[in-house]
Amino acid sequence: MVSIEIDGKKIEAEQGSMIIEVADAHGITIPRFCYHKKLSIAANCRMCLVEVDGVKKPLPACATPISDGMVVKTQSDFAQESQKSVMEFLLINHPLDCPICDQGGECELQDVALEYGNDVSRFSEKKRAVVDEDLGPLIETEMTRCIHCTRCVRFGREVAGIRELGAVGRGEHMEISTFIEQSVDSEVSGNIIDLCPVGALTAKPSRYQARAWEMAQRDSVSPHDCIGANLHVHTLRNRVIRVVPKENEAVNEVWLSDRDRYSYEALEESERLLKPMLKHNGEWKEVDWETALERTASKLNMMVQTDGSEQIAAIAHPSSTTEEMYLLQKVMRGLGSNNIDHRLRVSDFAWQKFEPLHPELGVDLSELENLDACLLIGANLRKEQPLASLRVRKATRYGNIASIGLYPLYHNFDIDHEIITDAETWLGQLAGITKYLYQNQGDSDKEQWADAMDLEGLETLLEPITVRDEHRNIAEMLLKGEKSSIILGASALEFSYAGHIRLLAKAIANLSGSSYGFFPHGGNSVGAYLAGSIPHRGPAGADVEQDGQHIKDLFEQGKKGYVLLKTEPGKESVIADKARESLEQADFVVSMTCHADDEAFEYADVILPVASFLETSGSYVNVNGLWQDFAAAVSAPGEAKPAWKVLRVLGNLLNLKNFDYVSAEDVRKEVKGRLSAVGDRIKPKWQCPETLPRDGFAPRPVNMYQIDGWLRRSPSLQDTALAKGQEILKRPRLSPFHNIVGGV
Amino acid sequence: MTDANPQILQDLLSADGFEKVETWVSKYPVERKRAAIIPIMSIVQEEHGYLTQELMDAVADYLGCPKIAAYEVASFYSMFRLKEAGKYVISLCTNVSCMLAGSGDIKKWFKDELGISPGETTEDGIFTLKEVECMAACGGAPMLEVDKQYHENLDLDKVASLIRELK
Ligand code: SF4
Ligand code: FES
Ligand code: FES
Repeated sequence: MVSIEIDGKKIEAEQGSMIIEVADAHGITIPRFCYHKKLSIAANCRMCLVEVDGVKKPLPACATPISDGMVVKTQSDFAQESQKSVMEFLLINHPLDCPICDQGGECELQDVALEYGNDVSRFSEKKRAVVDEDLGPLIETEMTRCIHCTRCVRFGREVAGIRELGAVGRGEHMEISTFIEQSVDSEVSGNIIDLCPVGALTAKPSRYQARAWEMAQRDSVSPHDCIGANLHVHTLRNRVIRVVPKENEAVNEVWLSDRDRYSYEALEESERLLKPMLKHNGEWKEVDWETALERTASKLNMMVQTDGSEQIAAIAHPSSTTEEMYLLQKVMRGLGSNNIDHRLRVSDFAWQKFEPLHPELGVDLSELENLDACLLIGANLRKEQPLASLRVRKATRYGNIASIGLYPLYHNFDIDHEIITDAETWLGQLAGITKYLYQNQGDSDKEQWADAMDLEGLETLLEPITVRDEHRNIAEMLLKGEKSSIILGASALEFSYAGHIRLLAKAIANLSGSSYGFFPHGGNSVGAYLAGSIPHRGPAGADVEQDGQHIKDLFEQGKKGYVLLKTEPGKESVIADKARESLEQADFVVSMTCHADDEAFEYADVILPVASFLETSGSYVNVNGLWQDFAAAVSAPGEAKPAWKVLRVLGNLLNLKNFDYVSAEDVRKEVKGRLSAVGDRIKPKWQCPETLPRDGFAPRPVNMYQIDGWLRRSPSLQDTALAKGQEILKRPRLSPFHNIVGGV
Repeated sequence: MTDANPQILQDLLSADGFEKVETWVSKYPVERKRAAIIPIMSIVQEEHGYLTQELMDAVADYLGCPKIAAYEVASFYSMFRLKEAGKYVISLCTNVSCMLAGSGDIKKWFKDELGISPGETTEDGIFTLKEVECMAACGGAPMLEVDKQYHENLDLDKVASLIRELK
C-alpha cells in the first residue's frame, strides 16, 4: 500500500495500480477511450492525460503506475489543456454525424467531447473516410467513426481468444479491419459493440430502431445457459429493442454471449402465437382462454379416470422458470402422476438416485479463472457455456487444462493434455486416470476416502485397466494443482453411460482433491430439480411415493396424454424421432409455447400461447445455485399469458388444492419455503459401478443456436456462420499470457 | 475457408528460400517464433515480387499466428508490397524533414515526367512510385530509395539522371 493524492484527496492504494484505476475506485473522473478495466493497457488514445507533480510532461493515467507520495492533478490548467488538445486531435477525422448515429446519446466520444471539446473546429482540411466492413449479421459498422482505440482488437486477442479484427495500415491510413472480407465469427462477438466508445460498431438488428434516450431499461436474466447472464433489456413502447449486459462480476462479468444478446428477436417472429387454439376434427381454430383451458382440464381429467394417471406425462424445457416448472409438477402430481421431466438430452437414468439435490458446478463461476488445473470431460465450453469459457481461458495464464472428449474440440484456450476418445473407450480413459490416482494414494488417504467411497468395489473395477502416459499426465496435473476442478459438459451428460462417467469423474475428483461438477443443459436445470420437475423427486428433493417414469420411457413407451411446456421435443430430445412419433400417436397433447410450427400443429390438440422469457416474471437458478428473479420487461403480445398464470388457472379448473397464487413471487416463496426444510436429507454416497461397459453411445451435439425455440427463431443468429456450421474451426491459439503482456 | 496448414509456405518457396526462413525462425524461442515475421515476409516478397493474401496466410499459418496479424505487419511497413509492382520500386520519403527540403517537388516531377502518383506504376511496368514515412535519413533530405539503395540530397536534376540511368 502506498499513499498518493489525486485532486487534493489523500488515497491509500495498492502499489503497482495505475492512476486511472485508483481514480475510478474513488469516483474521480478521468476521460478515457482506450482504457477498459477488462482489457490490457494500450495507452494509445492519450485522452487520459493528467498532471503529476515533478513531471514536466502530462502522463497517461491509464499507463502510469502510482508510487508513494505521488501528487496527481486531473483538473489543473495543465491537465485540462492536455486533455483538450487530445480531444481536438481525436475529432479531426471523426465525421461528427451524431444525428444519424445509433450511438448518439450513449456515446463516450460525445460525452467526453461535450466536456473537453471545442465548440468550433479549427480543422478545415478534408476529413478522411473509411470504407465499411461487413462483419456479418450481428454487428453494423461505420468505420469512419473509429478513433482507433483498439478495444475491439484487444477484446478478440485477449478475451475471446479469436483474433479477427486488426489495425491494418499505418498512420493516417490505419483502419480497423478484418483486411479480407470476412465476418466476425466468435460466439461472444457482440461485446465489441459495448466496448466501442464511438458509433463505429453498433448492433445490426436494432439499427435505427430507437434512440438511446427514448428507451426504458429493465433487468432480466438469460435463459440459454446455466450461467444466468444478467441482462439490461432496452424497450420502447412495449417492444424489446435490444439487450445489453448488466454487469455482475460473479456471473457474467461485463460480457454477454451473442445468443444472450440477440435471442430477443424471436419475440416478434412470425411463428409467434397470439391466441389459444384448438384442434377440432383436424381443423385448427382460435378460441378464447376459457374454452381452451376447460377443454384441457376436462381432457386431462377424463384420461386420468379412464386410462389412469400414469398415462399422462409432462415435459418442460429446462429454460422454463422455476415457478412454471413448480406449478407444472404440482398440477401433474395433483392429478396423481409423477411423470414429469425436463431432461430432454439425457439418456442414462440408471444412477439418478445418486444425484445431489440439484446439478452443481462445484466451483464458483468467478473462481474458474483462478484454477490451477482443470479437467474438462465432454465439454465444448465455447459452444455450451461461452462465458465460462472466457473464464477458463483466463485460468490458462498460470493454470493447466486437460480435456477428454469424443470429438476434436476447438477451444479458445490452450489445452495441455488432450485425449480424443471413442465412445467405446471413454469410460476406460477415465478409469485409467482413476487407477493412477488410486495406486498413488497413501493408506491414510485411502482411509479418508473409505467413508465416502466404496473402495473395495473400485479396486476390482480398476483391476483390468491399463494406466497409460496420458492418464498419468492428467492425474499428476490434478494432484499438482492446488485449486483443481473436474467439469463435465454436454456430451458427458448425453452419453448413454452418463452415470458411469459421473461416478468415475467423482472418483477422480475425490482422489485428486479436486472439485467436481457439471454444466447441465438449458438455463434452469437447477431450478427444475429444486422445483421437482423430475419424476423421482418432488420439490426440494422430497420423496415421492412411487417414481414416475423418466423422459426416455415417457417417449419410448408412448403415453396417451402429454403436457408440453416451452418445448419442441422433436427438435430438442436426444430421441427426437421417437418423441415426435409418441406425440403424434398420443390421444391428447397440450402445448404451452411461444411459437408453433407445422410439426407442433400436427401433434398438438390444444395450443396455449405463453409469454417468453422477457415477458414473464419468474426466476432462474444458475449452476452455482444462485437464484435470480426478474420481472417482465415487456408484456406478452396478443393474448399470450405468462405460463405460471396459465398453470394456476389450470390447477383451479382441475379443482386441485392451493392454487391461489397472486404473483410469481408467491410461487417462488412456496418453493423456497420447502427448500429451507431440506437439510442434509439428500447426500448420496458414492457407489461403485460393477462394470465398465464398452457399448456406449453419444448423440450428435446440437448447434449452440438450436438448443431452444427462441434461438431457433432468432433470424440474425440463424444467419451467422456459427449457426450454419461455416465458421473456421482451427485457429492459432492465442495464449492469454503472451497476449496480455502484448503479443501479436 | 481453409484451416491453418503450416506446410503451405514450404511449397510456395524455393528450397533456398525456405532454408533461409527456417534459419530465421531458429533464432527465436519456439513460443515466440512469430517474431520472425518481418524477415520471413521479406524473403517471400523477394521471391514473389509482392505479397498476396495467399502468401501472407501461408506465413501466418507457418508461424502459428492469426492471419490478421500478418496483414497488419504487411500493411504497416512500407517495404512490403501488396500489389504487383514495377521493376523498380521507388520509395520517396515525404515525411517532415524531406517535405521541408522539397520532396513535394519531386513527387510532382514524377507525375509530370513519368505520369505516376504514389501507388502507381508506369505503363511500361518499369517504375512504381511509393510514398513512405521517414527512412531515418533526414540528414540527407530529401531522399528516396530504390533497390535498397538510398539516394540523398536530391534535386530534380539528380532525380532525372537517376531515372535515366535505371531505364
Ligand atoms: S472500432 Fe470502435 S472499438 Fe474498435 S478501434 Fe475503432 S473506436 Fe475502438
Ligand atoms: S485511456 Fe489512457 S491513453 Fe487511452
Ligand atoms: S523525414 Fe525523410 S528521411 Fe526522415
